[in-house]
Amino acid sequence: MGRLTIGPPWEGIMPKLKSLEDLQKIREQAQRDLKVRTETGTKIIVGMGTCGIAAGARETMHAILAEVQNQNIDVNVTTVGCIGMCSKEPLVDIEQAGKPRITYCNVHPDMVPRLIEEHLLKGQVVEEWAMGRVSAAGIGQG
Amino acid sequence: MAAAMAEAGKQRTGRVRELSLHILDVLENALEAGATRVELSIIEDPEMDKLTIDVQDNGRGMDAEATRRALDPFFTTRTTRHVGLGLPLFAAAARRCDGDLTLESVPGQGTRVRATFRHNHLDRAPLGNLTDSLLAFLLSERGEIELRYRHLANSRTFQFDTAAIQAELGEVPLSHPQAREWLYEYIAEGEAELRGPADHRPPMGGDYA
Repeated sequence: MGRLTIGPPWEGIMPKLKSLEDLQKIREQAQRDLKVRTETGTKIIVGMGTCGIAAGARETMHAILAEVQNQNIDVNVTTVGCIGMCSKEPLVDIEQAGKPRITYCNVHPDMVPRLIEEHLLKGQVVEEWAMGRVSAAGIGQG
Repeated sequence: MAAAMAEAGKQRTGRVRELSLHILDVLENALEAGATRVELSIIEDPEMDKLTIDVQDNGRGMDAEATRRALDPFFTTRTTRHVGLGLPLFAAAARRCDGDLTLESVPGQGTRVRATFRHNHLDRAPLGNLTDSLLAFLLSERGEIELRYRHLANSRTFQFDTAAIQAELGEVPLSHPQAREWLYEYIAEGEAELRGPADHRPPMGGDYA
């Protein structure tokens, strides 16, 4: 596998507003509250397989990132591959410590504010969008 | 067949699929192949009328037969679904624009996907939202992955290596909320700078996106 060759000299772009030094501060801050975070952590997981991408999962993830930033909610957002329920994509799982993991299906960007508001802020599962839940007892249909 | 699949893809999303979605798809393939490092280059060269998207990973790779079949829309290594579709759609998009997609893979070493397009072809979809695609990839749960990214356009380069970013963060993961927000803004700013102010735009007033 060869390497790409680049012809003309290209001017390098360095973001000015965001510097690598910022990361030091983030690191120090994060180390201080890492323990708290892992114990009370909330996780949002978005399916990002080919099926998810085709169904608009990237846009759904964008909406989630924007909403948690706007609402200033501390939550980990991650992505996973296809789990075999392609027709229900975009799939979004919400996991909160001590609570069952809820899977929401066909989550489109316009549904995200309500999902965050009701599930994360009020602690109420949005039953009409929930597909199933995984608890210590196993899988049940919601 | 490929054209029919591309048409189906178009209908599914209701519009011509932006190229950054294909890029995300290829990046996701690298994750599924267990890669720990990915190099992504995007080179926009309107003067030579060429756009090149090059993705190399160090995942488990494929043998010659699997490599050939990876471009067949009805082949997939997955067991959860019976069609693949990702790469064949990307190849169809490239060929529609007088370009091509090549796939090279060596078992145990990795895979390289290289797509070329005529930059100014009427049917060429815009690159679209690269920031969202890179974030979706970097926030994967499927293990730590390093990305070296280079985007050349408008006689400028925006590049970064997440290995250097991770070195600054130490044990704090990229998915940590504050690190994630920093990363998002860093990439969005770099991409925006690449487009440049109006006076750096091409004389035709065209958009490099």
